[in-house]
Amino acid sequence: MNMQTPITHTAAEEALIAALGKVDSVAKEAAARALAGIEKSGLPTRRVEAWHYTDLRNLLRDYPKPPRAIQSEFSSESLVDLPPLVEGYTLGFSNTFHVIGHLAGMPEGLSGTVGEEALTTTHGVPVEADTIGLINAGLAETGVVLAVQAGVKLAEPVILAHTCADETASNLRHSVRFGEGAQATFIERHHSSITGNFQSVVCNLVLEKGAKAVWVIDQELGVETTRLGQLNVELAEDTDLTILILNAGGRLVRQEVHVAVNGENANLAIKGVNLVGNDSHVDVTTTLTHNVPNTVATELFRNVVPGSGKGVFQGQIRVAQPAQKTDAQMACNTLLLSDEADFSAKPELEIFADDVVCAHGATVADIEDEQLFYLRARGIPERDARALLVKAFVEEVFEDFEDTELAGALVDRIESWLDING
Amino acid sequence: MIEIRNLHVKIADTDTMILNGVDLTVKAGEVAAIMGPNGSGKSTLSYVMAGKEDYEVTEGDILLNGESILEMEPDERAAAGLFLAFQYPVEIPGVPTMNFLKAAMNSQRKARGQDEFTTPEFIKKVKDAAGRLGISMDMLKRSLNTGFSGGEKKRAEILQMSLLEPKFCVMDETDSGLDIDALKVVSDGVNALRSPERAFLVITHYQRLLEHIVPDSVHVLYKGRIIQSGGKELALQLEEQGYADIIAKAA
Repeated sequence: MNMQTPITHTAAEEALIAALGKVDSVAKEAAARALAGIEKSGLPTRRVEAWHYTDLRNLLRDYPKPPRAIQSEFSSESLVDLPPLVEGYTLGFSNTFHVIGHLAGMPEGLSGTVGEEALTTTHGVPVEADTIGLINAGLAETGVVLAVQAGVKLAEPVILAHTCADETASNLRHSVRFGEGAQATFIERHHSSITGNFQSVVCNLVLEKGAKAVWVIDQELGVETTRLGQLNVELAEDTDLTILILNAGGRLVRQEVHVAVNGENANLAIKGVNLVGNDSHVDVTTTLTHNVPNTVATELFRNVVPGSGKGVFQGQIRVAQPAQKTDAQMACNTLLLSDEADFSAKPELEIFADDVVCAHGATVADIEDEQLFYLRARGIPERDARALLVKAFVEEVFEDFEDTELAGALVDRIESWLDING
Repeated sequence: MIEIRNLHVKIADTDTMILNGVDLTVKAGEVAAIMGPNGSGKSTLSYVMAGKEDYEVTEGDILLNGESILEMEPDERAAAGLFLAFQYPVEIPGVPTMNFLKAAMNSQRKARGQDEFTTPEFIKKVKDAAGRLGISMDMLKRSLNTGFSGGEKKRAEILQMSLLEPKFCVMDETDSGLDIDALKVVSDGVNALRSPERAFLVITHYQRLLEHIVPDSVHVLYKGRIIQSGGKELALQLEEQGYADIIAKAA
């Protein structure tokens, strides 16, 4: 006999159920599905394999109120707190404005709409019926749908700047299509000077034949903020995509990246730096699915945990039977700088093709005494020597990154975090 | 310049004694050589002088210009003028050699209350010194010691020594892993730095290095003690007869 007793919902689950119950937009159906799921089983616990190292049910303390008022007028003041990174065409989103930037000033070759359409458009990306996808699909209030036209090379990056102005919830859903042969850099920025809010952002990307893109996620949310992020990607043939993730904030962060490699000669690089602060829980979970022959994927993550934080990396590579000659390499290296620091790495290979090169490696270490002594013996004080070594460790991620200006700007963000938290 | 008094050292957290009462004085302008068989404590002596934490001084003292350095951190010793040329220079991936040199030079200047070098001043100094040692600027853009050949590593050590302008240099088996040509470049680099204000302690297995860097005094270290001292002819005698006689005499 298998009797299921109804579960007792946590405060966060109750708040989520209440919020989902109030949805009365085009997302109503998605909201009902998400609500039913949470009502029945609650949020995933460590017993759910994909959430084994991030027990969402226990870690999500609460789900805050939705924003008070949604205005469609963009105020550039809401972005004042955003530390400079690089120049670019900026669309701003804030949880009190739910903005929508000046779509009018869009660079030539980029087109887009904003609002409800974003809630239902996925550009055909198969969005996994998972927790983040479901909750976001049900609760997303707005987002943008953008397209870089075929053959267009955007000179400046497109910046999707998300800020938080109060302790409310903010759920956004964006879609970007890169037309045939299009080239562009997009930067998702997430920044808040206030803290204690909740943010979920799902981005769906499609790269058509021959498109070349860089997608950066610069996450510098407040120390009490929860962020659930998801990037769903579909790659056609001859595409080239570099995803660069910087996590340098948040209390509970889960960033998922799901890539379907559907075209031959696609080239994918996922790089990331996770700086895990005190009492933070930062999880990066990636799944790559190689469905066709002759594709290349590399993943490189460098993580630093200076204090009592916990980091998680789950990297799954699936190689379908037809995907011969797949070359997939994955590396996850971590520096634990204190006894309380914690990091879990779970590489996972699922290979059905017989002629592939797939490798993964994970290391966890402290700063090497020999290196530290060498620097100190040359007159560099211990604190500076440690900082030099930590910087060197994470900055290797930016080697070979073509846009040196952007790499330099991200390195500056990393250094300012390390100065405060290292 | 440097005075080592009755120095007793053990490996930290063990009872294993390595040095059992070393007495040695090196005067300003002097080049002293320490020779000795494997396991006699030569490298330990160099590490203890530089302040490595794996060792514990149980007795005795090391004075640099009359001041004990035992309570000083490794970086404080460096700023006070002590330089250790490593037997095995450490590879540090991700730290470009230029950045490291600037950090080291300016950290020492800051610790001594001097103004830090501006970037143009710094680059000029490095270019001049690197040119004299046949080191390309390309090599200095690479990560510190990473992928350098044995000769490149030792040349990089001499470059650091000439840029940091220490008062007292400890050279730990600088000749190991060098071919004849590299040995000559390194020795010339050291000889160019010899001056009445600077002293050297050259640690080596072989007399060969001492043909190029001619010492003023030679000391034989055995079982953690100096068992014989003499002039440069002592090195020649060791080369011909080995350590057995001297060890037997000391026993």
